[in-house]
Amino acid sequence: MEKEKHVVVIYPHPDDESFGAAGTITAFRKQNVPVTYLCGTLGEMGRNMGSPIIANRETIPKIREKELRDACQVLDIELELLGYRDKTLEFEDPEKVANHIQTILEQIEPSLVITHYPKHAVHPDHNALGAAVIRAVQQMQPNDRPKVWAQAITNTAYEDLGLPDISHDIMKYLDKKVEAILAHKTQAAGILGSFKPESKKMETMKEIVKERLGKEEFYIWKFS
Amino acid sequence: MKQINLKQVQQLLNSFLNKTVYIHLETTNGAYASHLNKAANVGAFIRNAKVNLSHCTIVQDKDTYRVGLKMDNGWIYAEGITHWELYEETKLLMAGHDPDGRLMVALQLSETPFEN
Repeated sequence: MEKEKHVVVIYPHPDDESFGAAGTITAFRKQNVPVTYLCGTLGEMGRNMGSPIIANRETIPKIREKELRDACQVLDIELELLGYRDKTLEFEDPEKVANHIQTILEQIEPSLVITHYPKHAVHPDHNALGAAVIRAVQQMQPNDRPKVWAQAITNTAYEDLGLPDISHDIMKYLDKKVEAILAHKTQAAGILGSFKPESKKMETMKEIVKERLGKEEFYIWKFS
Repeated sequence: MKQINLKQVQQLLNSFLNKTVYIHLETTNGAYASHLNKAANVGAFIRNAKVNLSHCTIVQDKDTYRVGLKMDNGWIYAEGITHWELYEETKLLMAGHDPDGRLMVALQLSETPFEN
């Protein structure tokens, strides 16, 4: 992996960083590369309320913010909150969101930005924030632009986009990744549970974890 | 949140009658419904709608409840409610969770706006 100056990860929800990029982030931190997470929302509309239920609609943002801070501590990265509301990003003025992100990127001057691949990232917030990030970087002078790695998570990503340019086997950082995911206490059980293993056998579980969490893949965005 | 107690919740609902009330109403099957289960993604959301209520009723249907709020000029209702909580001593939060504890529906009443 090429040595970066500063990596900025931009996703909309607390836990996207842990499920999506914790292994890649850990690899950068091992190289002493600074990593900043710009988190779009506080996951105010999350459905997972803990198991047993510990949150309600009014307390979930504060609980998830705390979980996010814990996860960022596990990953040893800086955190900045963008202050949008969960599930509303696609309804914001795209130009305003792009300008907002551009301002922050011009302050941090990262060499690499990691975000979701617009239209190929399932959740409307993923798609909208990914598009805003691409637009923000596109607006910068070509020489000032960081590289952008875009993450596609649709079931048909390979068919639609071809194989990803970057495929990180992060199995050696799996413990760290799992620790970061588990910092999101109200979310972890519900999401890991949705993997629906067909068998409770350890071997099967290992395969599922490996398949779902063991690889982190990105497309290098080509700016026109 | 606690399991619904029909009598207590009905009493609290009555305390919001003939006042200006802020409503939070949402229903969702999650942003990943079609990704994970080939279901349609459906949901609706409104927060801090200002209404005046003339009649409020909670009705039991087996393990879940329906709540209907009559306004001067129309209706609000939610179904699938399973839990409630009096939040910050003044806000009535009601929600329906699936067996895994995921929120499917929420209806909340307050005399002051919910935090944006």
